Order: sequence, then C-alpha cells, then structure tokens
Amino acid sequence: MAELVLMKGNEAIAEAAIRAGCRHYFGYPITPQTEIAAYMAKKMPKIGGVFLQAESEVASINMVYGAAATGCRVMTSSSSPGISLKAEGLSYIAGSDVPALVVNVQRGGPGLGGIQPSQSDYFQATKGGGHGDYRMIVLAPASVQEMASLTIKGFNLADKYRMTSMILADGTIGQMMEPISFEDAEIEKYEKPWALTGHENKRKHNIVNSLYLQPDALEKTNFERYERYKVVEENEPMWEEYMMEDAEICVVAFGIASRVAKNAVVAARAEGIKVGLIRPITLWPFPTKALRAAAVKCKAFVSVELNMGQMIEDVRLATECKRPVTLCNRAGGMIPSPDQVLESIRAAQKGE
Amino acid sequence: MAVVFEKPKALTNVPLHYCPGCPHGIIHRLVAEAIDELGIEGKTIGVAPVGCAVMAYDYFACDMIEAAHGRAPATATGIKRCRPDNIVFTYQGDGDLASIGMAETVHSAARNENITVIFVNNAIYGMTGGQMAPTSLPGQVTQTSPYGRDVNHCGWPIKVSEMLATLEGPEYIARVAVNNVKNVNNAKKAIKKAFQNQIEGKGFSLVEVVSACPTNWGMTPQKALEWVESDMLPYYPIGVYKDRTAAKEGK
Amino acid sequence: MAKVSFNTDLCKGCGLCVSACPKKCLAIDTNQINKKGYSPAVMTDQEKCIGCAFCATMCPDCIITVEK
Repeated sequence: MAELVLMKGNEAIAEAAIRAGCRHYFGYPITPQTEIAAYMAKKMPKIGGVFLQAESEVASINMVYGAAATGCRVMTSSSSPGISLKAEGLSYIAGSDVPALVVNVQRGGPGLGGIQPSQSDYFQATKGGGHGDYRMIVLAPASVQEMASLTIKGFNLADKYRMTSMILADGTIGQMMEPISFEDAEIEKYEKPWALTGHENKRKHNIVNSLYLQPDALEKTNFERYERYKVVEENEPMWEEYMMEDAEICVVAFGIASRVAKNAVVAARAEGIKVGLIRPITLWPFPTKALRAAAVKCKAFVSVELNMGQMIEDVRLATECKRPVTLCNRAGGMIPSPDQVLESIRAAQKGE
Repeated sequence: MAVVFEKPKALTNVPLHYCPGCPHGIIHRLVAEAIDELGIEGKTIGVAPVGCAVMAYDYFACDMIEAAHGRAPATATGIKRCRPDNIVFTYQGDGDLASIGMAETVHSAARNENITVIFVNNAIYGMTGGQMAPTSLPGQVTQTSPYGRDVNHCGWPIKVSEMLATLEGPEYIARVAVNNVKNVNNAKKAIKKAFQNQIEGKGFSLVEVVSACPTNWGMTPQKALEWVESDMLPYYPIGVYKDRTAAKEGK
Repeated sequence: MAKVSFNTDLCKGCGLCVSACPKKCLAIDTNQINKKGYSPAVMTDQEKCIGCAFCATMCPDCIITVEK
C-alpha cells in the first residue's frame, strides 16, 4: 500500500515536479496558484535547485525558455492573466522545439476577471494563445492525485516530444486538499543532443532558434513539427469513461466540472436514465476517438464547463455533429451544481 | 612574417549581413576576440536579440540561442541558473535592451546575475528601418520623429549606463565607443573585462557600446563615426560608471 | 615590412579602413566590382604600410589580415 500524504493541489504539483527531476522554477506571484511558488521557494534551495521570482510573467517564461534550451527540466506556473503574458514565450518555446512544463491554475476572466475557479482558458490552452502554428500538450487534472501524476507525465511528454506540456487546472483543485501517493512516479530520460551546454570544441555549435527568414525553410519546420504533433495525437490522448457501457446520454466534462458531472450521472442513473461520462484528461490531444465511438451509441451529449462553452466545440467536431450537444455551464468563477447538470441530462434524455 | 591581425576563431565563416560600414561587425569581432583570448568558446552560450543583430547566432561559433525581443537577459538568466559554469552573454541593441526589454535589463542587473551584457547603442531602430529609439538624441530626425525628437512630446533619451550604475546590484557598468581605433581598442578592454568578471563570478557586467547606423542616419560610414564623436559622445560620455571591485580596492 | 591582405569578395567598400590608415596607402578601387557588387578596398602602396592594423581594427566585416 502506497503511503498517502494529505496535500493541497498546488503543492502536489510542486512536489511532483521536484520528484520528476525539475530543479529550476521561474515564476511570478498570482492568485490562485502562489502556493506552487511558495513551495518551490522553500524546497529548491535545500535540494540544490533554483527558485527564482522573476520581475514579470514575461521574464519568467523567457527564463524558462533559456533554461529549457540547456536541456534542464524546468517549469513555471501562473493563472489566467499571467498565462496571457507568457503567451510570447510559449510561442518561442514551441518555435524552438524545447521542452517545458507550464501550469495554469485558471481563474475567471476576461481581463483581470476574478480569483475564483474557472475553465475559461480552454481555447487559449488548446488552440494557441501565442502567435503562430503550434500546439501544447494540455493535461487537465480532476483531483489532487492527478495534479501530481499529470505533472510527472507532463515532464515526460514534454521531453519526449520537445514541446510544452501545460497543466490546465483550476482554482478549486489548486486549493483543495486530498490524500495522494507519489509511489508510481516514473521518470523517463531522453537524450538532448540539441541542448546548449557549450560545445567544448567537440561538436559544431548548437543554435536554439525560431527565426527562419526563408519561407520555404520556415514552412519545413512547421511541417516537421506537425508530423510530431500527429504522433502525439495518435499515441497520447487520455480520458476516463464512467458508466459508458450502456449509456444513451454522454456527459463530457474535464477537471473540477467532471466531479460535479459524476455526481449528476449517479443521480440520473438512480432515475433510470442511461447516462455516462467521458472525462478528457488530455484536452490536446483531444480524445476524439472516444467521443466518435460514443456518438455511435449515444443519442445526445452534454458538455459541462466552467466557461461560456469552449470545449463544446471540440465535442461537436469529434462527434462530427452527428448528435445534439448541449451546454451546461456556469462562468466567472461560479460552479454548476449537480442539480443543474442533472437537469441538463434530463433535458437531453427528453431530446430537448 | 607573422600574422598580427586576423579574424578571431570565435566568429564563424558566415558573412555578416550588416550594411556597409555598420560597426556591429567591429563589436562582434571584439566579443569574439575576448572569447578567444580567454579561451572560453567551448563553454560560452550567447543570446542573440531581436533587432539588427538578430542573426548573431550564425556569426558566433559558440552555442547560441535567439531570444524574444528584449528578453535576452531573462533567457540568459535561465541558462546561467541551469549551467552556472558556462559563460553566458547577451548582445542587444538599444530598442531591445532599453525599450521593450528595460524591465529584464534592470532586474537582471539588480540581481547581479552573473552574465555579460553587450549593449549596442546607436540611437535608432536599425532593423525596422530607422525609427526613434529610447536613446535617440533630442532633436534627432528619425522615421517616427520626422520633425526631430521633441522631448516635450515623447520624452528624453535614457542614459542606460548612468541609470544602472545607481543600482546596488551590478558589478561593472562601462560605456565605450567604436568610432576610432583608440576607442575600439578601449572597447575591447572593457568587453574582455566584462567576460573576465563573469569567469571570476563577480556578477552582472554591462558594456554600452556607442555605435553608429550610417544607413538610417543617412550618412556615409565615415560621417557617421564623426557624428558619434560630435553628437553622441557629448550626450553619452565614455567612462566606467560602476566597478565594484575597483571601488572596493580603492582604485 | 608589413603585408595587408583583403578577403575582397566580402568587402562592402565602406571605406572605414581607408580613413583609418595613417599612411594613406589604402583606397576604394572604383574600377573593380566584387561578387557582392561593391567596389572593394585595395592596397595602393605596400611599401608605405607599417602593419599598424588600424585598417583591420576598423573593418566591420573582418576581412583584413595583417602580417608583419
């Protein structure tokens, strides 16, 4: 039996990152994720690591870019408005093909928004945010345990595919405490011949760069990168299915919304409604195959989100609009109640 | 006969793309000479800016990275904190360092980040075609100050070396120029010292190099160097603005 | 005795070497056009050269080698 420790979600991310071999953290304070920085500030100096509070989110992501270019496991964390500022660096990191882990503990927006939990950065995380053609692996934890395990997974995937992994959490999971285990942490090691380490007069100089003034050369890097993304899309989608075996209605929800949705599914089952849940764990790559398969046997879908309806577009794309998809949502830091979700399930059952 | 002057080894054979008479090439060479003389090419990692020197990663033979506009000191910080035994330098222009990247500049200096910063001040945005820079002189005509820089409208030029020297953090802040042989030779000494400081772990060393932009100043290369002497240097005087070690030793 | 040689193909004809030369033994040769399309710098009087390397010091393209 693995040893269980009681931890806050944000702290679980920090501890998991350290266990994943991350020894460099660059960040800037913002609610509701500051516990990550605080944990790192306390721990890193004691284990020979570096915690550095940067002058801005912009600086911190560019520190991450430099650190990542040396082949170090490196991370930063922020919350929604801070991630907007980091968008510049995310684009450079993507264009330079270096691996990094970025955490977004989302709060309500747009603008300064609020500090309550939200999922309104789904588009920003899965469709870009920064400029140019690029993708990030987006991992959506729904528990404190997953805050830890997906952080470790995120580092492994980032190194494997030379890209950014983003943990897209929310203020609720960031702040809540649950018992978790670190026992199954698996650290994968990848060769990094591209890293800036000083050539020591033994090889040609390495250049980490995203500038290609010749359009054919730039196009080539884009096509090559998207070949890599194709492999990610093929091999890395993760999702959980709950009561889907005989489901006629499929609820789709990620992160904290999925926990509310699960309660509603149980309540609907008690009423005799055949309903199940698909919980995307990777938002990119989106579990398209799972949803496409569900669209064969389910008659309707309900997307439960803490935003104005963002993932619903991917649900419609994945199901190729073969079935109706309705939205059950709250926004601005509000969370839907199980009853609200139940009502949406009932309506879907009635074909409304 | 012995060779008394040749291209330093820390420069690659890639031909420089700079305009005829652009002193960027001189400053590149000085950096490369310092790297050669200190024998550090194998462990040096350079950070290129956005601006005319954007493709410096092709010119320096050490490992190189291309940073986002103004973020070179942050990127250099990330590198140095991961690899403290490597030598890390940034090469930045005035728009990059003193406008969009001012926060990164000031804070890396305040942290006394153990890096070397080469700051090329030619009072104009070269790469984008000659717009007003944070260091453009009062009255200076540029594409975006066509009637001359009006300080009542768009403020005063920033004297970066003087400003940074007020900070506790940095080890060494010096301003040099490359408008004649004597100044080039002195610039070389300052640049080499800025690398030497890093090797000795002394911390943030910045050399502001007052340079020229013949193309966007609309002058011949010779005339541009004369303008450095007559107009730039009175506003941006050459000198050592901070040298903590020398100050400690009472020099 | 000193010798100055130019990597003429890379010369941009800026003339900074010419104005730096204390012995006035360099010039831009307007009768020549190099690969880049510039009239390059040339030595006009090798005898006068003292190998001071002022020309190379001011050359922005690092195309001058000085021997002495």
